[in-house]
Amino acid sequence: MNLLEHQGKQLLAQAGLPVPRGRVATTPEAAEQAAAVLGCRVALKAQVPAGKRGKAGGIVFADDPAQAREAAAGLLGSELGGNAVDAVLVEQSADIARELYASVLNDPATKGPLVLFCPSGGMDIEEIGARDPELIRRLAVDIRTGLTAASARALVEGLGLGERVEEQASAALLTMYRLYRTVEAELVEVNPLVVTSADDVVALDAKISLDPGALGRHAELVADLVPDQDATGTELERRGRDLGLQFLELDGEVGVLANGAGLTMTTLDAVTHYGGTPANFLEIGGDAYTKATPALRLVLDNPRVRSLVVNFCGAFARTDVMTEGVLTAIEELRPELPIFFSIHGTGEEKAIRLVRERLGVDPYDTMDDAVRAAIAAAAPAGKVAG
Amino acid sequence: MLVSERDNVVVQGLTGRQGSFWAERMAECGTRIVAGASPGKGGREVGGVPVYDSVAEAARQHRLDVSVLFVPPLAVRKAACDAISAGVRKIVLLTEHVPYQDVMHVLGEARDSDAQVLGPNTAGLVVPGVASVGIMPGFAGNIFRPGSIGVISRSGSLGTLVALNLVSAGYGQSAFIGIGGDPILGTTTLDAVRELDADERTEAVVLVGEIGGSMEEDAADYIATMRKPVVAFIAGRSAPPDRRMGHAGAIVSAGKGSGTSKVDALTSAGAAVVDLPSGIGDALKAAGVLPGVAV
Repeated sequence: MNLLEHQGKQLLAQAGLPVPRGRVATTPEAAEQAAAVLGCRVALKAQVPAGKRGKAGGIVFADDPAQAREAAAGLLGSELGGNAVDAVLVEQSADIARELYASVLNDPATKGPLVLFCPSGGMDIEEIGARDPELIRRLAVDIRTGLTAASARALVEGLGLGERVEEQASAALLTMYRLYRTVEAELVEVNPLVVTSADDVVALDAKISLDPGALGRHAELVADLVPDQDATGTELERRGRDLGLQFLELDGEVGVLANGAGLTMTTLDAVTHYGGTPANFLEIGGDAYTKATPALRLVLDNPRVRSLVVNFCGAFARTDVMTEGVLTAIEELRPELPIFFSIHGTGEEKAIRLVRERLGVDPYDTMDDAVRAAIAAAAPAGKVAG
Repeated sequence: MLVSERDNVVVQGLTGRQGSFWAERMAECGTRIVAGASPGKGGREVGGVPVYDSVAEAARQHRLDVSVLFVPPLAVRKAACDAISAGVRKIVLLTEHVPYQDVMHVLGEARDSDAQVLGPNTAGLVVPGVASVGIMPGFAGNIFRPGSIGVISRSGSLGTLVALNLVSAGYGQSAFIGIGGDPILGTTTLDAVRELDADERTEAVVLVGEIGGSMEEDAADYIATMRKPVVAFIAGRSAPPDRRMGHAGAIVSAGKGSGTSKVDALTSAGAAVVDLPSGIGDALKAAGVLPGVAV
């Protein structure tokens, strides 16, 4: 779960890392007022969970409250990287002498936390890495012992930052690591970590991503943060999210219902491979079969969908149970579009029998055959799919 | 990680609904389940298998080689550490949504004790005709049959489809290693490839990857050195970029972890990359691996 910049900064500030003075505004009037209170040149930053805001025009500067009001009016209600801008952070414009990069993240390669520090920040870490990989310092941390002050210090030394900045930068790394642990983040990234002309170290941006699996242990944090999240996606996608389903609306014509992320992606690949266009990604494995009716309704409410593939491969999830759920949903919703089944694995004999008995159709022997039939059925009359 | 006919298995969470259901399925596949462990349930029996309060206690009565965990996400860390400190050297973590920092802690403990971890969020391990540890349909003859193909998959459902395609094409499997769908895994693609390369029963490797992360790319250098043929399928190549599709590992960002990057890396390493699982049989034949099942 990605936090917005102001949410991340609030956590960082609470943990002890300095951030610029700022206020969140959801109306131009509030932005004007915030600028007046700050009493200096301000930056207005669109609060969306997406990177590269500067390049996309999501950061605007204002010299006085009237300008701030005007800038906020332009940003609020606009769209940035597919996200609606509902709020702006009005922040004291930073006095930047130097930009650094710092992050703590989960590293699949070392199977533990990784601390990254780079004396040249501001741009994407991938770009820095591509340009000059030697510049990025990395430290794999044993999560059982944690990041020590000495190793944090070693990460920032020998780069000509000077004693005062080194001390603050290593303190920033320790704070970020502590926060990464306490909120169980997947990522705590500060880019840029700014050195001001007075040699103060300040977090100018904050990207924090929380581990969804650990949210249950952070009820207070979640209660504070969640309301601002996830206004992204289409109306159907938001409906799916409210139902707890993984649903993505795509622009094709063949609807897909499958169990398991890997199998669902493969079904989409097959639709594409055989010349069709998938209408959605929807995974209904595991417990999601209990939501078969609302799930099927999501697929059918997509105005572009013309046929449907149901592809089940049972390992843990039993295909007979999933099929039962889908058949009940079909009987309830009585969709007019043609449906093509492929069913294999745990519970398949019963599942296939159920489809025959209740729909009077035979599942296909292979996923490939079911997909090809669905593509042919989705093709407009007179046009035959290859 | 592989499992042999001599391995004794302890099922953590055996008294639960899933634990008892799958213990029975695993036993059907030949798995030697000698004990269960469920806190507070010591002294019971499930299907004739004695249950202990902890793996530590079970280890006083039995030699334990493998532990498979049917426990809820927030209980995994404690349960896995119980098994590791009791001396179990192979740990299979089936649970989905285990907090990543708990996983890292468990993997740290495992490293210090020379224990191997499979998962989390894995469907487990099958050696057809020998044992099945986890929640794969190892008991289904149209999906798993003893043979010479080693399969590696992140996903259980897709792994099932691939195993099914192999059997339909006349092949059997030497092993199925479900490595799991999470970003932080005890056994990576590379670890599993090495294991199958060293395994005498494995003649060829079928690698089932997914977009996201860099595990397939990371295995490519090693694959380039292998004599055994490798056939790969990468799921999600048609997925739109920057959209998360199910597995936490399956997110593509800025071209990194994309299907193209994985296909290029594997192709350069000499693997045959197929467009769909139904093409795996033909690719194996083209690589000179003949269909056949072991007796």
